[in-house]
Amino acid sequence: MAGALIVGILAGAGTYLLLQRGIVRVILGFVTLGHAVNVLLVLSGGPSRRGAPIAGARGVPADPLPQAFVLTAIVIAFGITAFLLALAFRSASETGDDDPEAA
Amino acid sequence: MSRLLPLVFAVPLVLAAVGVPLRRSIGSSRALVLAGALWLVGAGGWLLWATRDGGVVVARMGGWPPPVAITLAGDTFASLMLCVSGFVVGATAVFAFARGEDRRPFFHPAALVLTAGVGGAYLTADLFNLFVFVEVGLAASYVLVVSGAGREEARAGVVYVVANLLASTALLAAIALLYGAAGSVNLAQLAGVGSDRGTAAVAGVMVMAALGIKASVVPAHGWLPRSYPLAGPAVTAMLSGLLTKVGVYAAYRVGSVVLGGSSGIRIPLLVVAGATMVIGVLGAVGRNSMREILSFHMVSQIGYLVMALGISGATALSAGVFFMVQYIVVKASLFLVAGAVESLEGTGELGRTPGLARRRPVLSTAFAIAALSLAGVPPLSGFVGKLGLVRAAFDAREYLMGGVAVVVSFLTLASMVKIWNGSFGGRAVRGPRGRQTPARLLVAPGLLTASLSVVLGLGAETLWALAERAGAALADPGAYVRAVSG
Repeated sequence: MAGALIVGILAGAGTYLLLQRGIVRVILGFVTLGHAVNVLLVLSGGPSRRGAPIAGARGVPADPLPQAFVLTAIVIAFGITAFLLALAFRSASETGDDDPEAA
Repeated sequence: MSRLLPLVFAVPLVLAAVGVPLRRSIGSSRALVLAGALWLVGAGGWLLWATRDGGVVVARMGGWPPPVAITLAGDTFASLMLCVSGFVVGATAVFAFARGEDRRPFFHPAALVLTAGVGGAYLTADLFNLFVFVEVGLAASYVLVVSGAGREEARAGVVYVVANLLASTALLAAIALLYGAAGSVNLAQLAGVGSDRGTAAVAGVMVMAALGIKASVVPAHGWLPRSYPLAGPAVTAMLSGLLTKVGVYAAYRVGSVVLGGSSGIRIPLLVVAGATMVIGVLGAVGRNSMREILSFHMVSQIGYLVMALGISGATALSAGVFFMVQYIVVKASLFLVAGAVESLEGTGELGRTPGLARRRPVLSTAFAIAALSLAGVPPLSGFVGKLGLVRAAFDAREYLMGGVAVVVSFLTLASMVKIWNGSFGGRAVRGPRGRQTPARLLVAPGLLTASLSVVLGLGAETLWALAERAGAALADPGAYVRAVSG
């Protein structure tokens, strides 16, 4: 339940930011949305199905796959965010505005 | 033999890494890109030969046992796509060399990384790795799209990056849900879960939807015509042959293996296919430059591919595979010719280059062949593909779909005639001059790809036999699933 709430709030905030005009807000929106998906990935391992995220109470080891997924996704998101920020910087220095659609 | 499978994408990645320190030396950089393209064609050919009896070449990373290992699997469909992608990379790279477009920063390493990502996406039998490979290819394409200097490119780049990033995020979320519902991302273990479990079916459809954004199907098509025409001409040609098709290819795989047999997606897919065909071709009407018109037709043709997936069954999927392979060649050819016109005449606007057919007969012939093939005029390859698709539609009693496909073909032809009249026909008047570059190398890639369309049309039987094998394997993925699950 707490997990679902976190995903919902992050996804909602991310979507809101994506719909803004300035590119910096769009980037922040992607960062937030990316976190929503990361939490979703961790949850998809499911504490109820495969034990707690760390070696659980009964000594059942955690599902390692979602954690590997999240790690990969974080690395990719990091690289793309850096690229987007560079793009925003160039766009701003060419147009003098952080709104790429501004004429 | 199968242990060599990872080399298909590892070699271009290594070439890209070598290319970064060598990027100031234009000669060796160009040699590296051509080597990567040839490698992909060669790897596809080898795989085609290795799977000639309908088998599947499987490699498990790290030698782990089947359910644990990350699995790569190459079948006929994957090898065909590898061959044609390598060919397109090679032809568009030569065109970029002739235009000097490859002098943009990091062009060569990015093209090689794109090649590697696309090659990996064709071979992976694991949804999470599909996401990773698509992301690798996309990251490289971001660099290619935005590396142009101008303000327009920067704006197009933002649209392109944001749309594709959103699609990637949606794809990752969908894969997470599928993992949560089915407990695996391995295609073999996901086989048929779409028809067994409702939650898994919803997640599978989400995966298809995310891939649909990448393939630019209606209603998620807006990003493509707004970004492709503004990228560099060689880059547009390169991406047109590779990235949207990866989305369609993955949708074929997921639709066949994960959602195989569930009839619930048939009607939505057909509705989307019809809308994509019609809206794409109508969107082209109001456009006034060659590459803008061609970008809208790209959306339209994706509809044909989705139609084959919606009809499903061996006949339709075979026709879909045939259509996809020849269409990649034809589309690359059209974009190469449009790019050559822009380079030689300084503009791709209709009506600004009258009489081009008289002044540049070879280039105009290449355009005419590719345009007629796109519209589906016999004996060119587009005709064979569309005939197969329309016949499959009528056989499956989807008369409306078949009718829409035929009408859209006529509209496509009308649109191609409009380009011809606007840019090639008429009396020869000197248009605005572009740069004086050696014209032969600019024209050659377009002519080469256009003649391949003739070859694929006249000698369609060879490719048709391969496409039938691929289509049968998609309609009944049992052999693929058994090979992957070991």
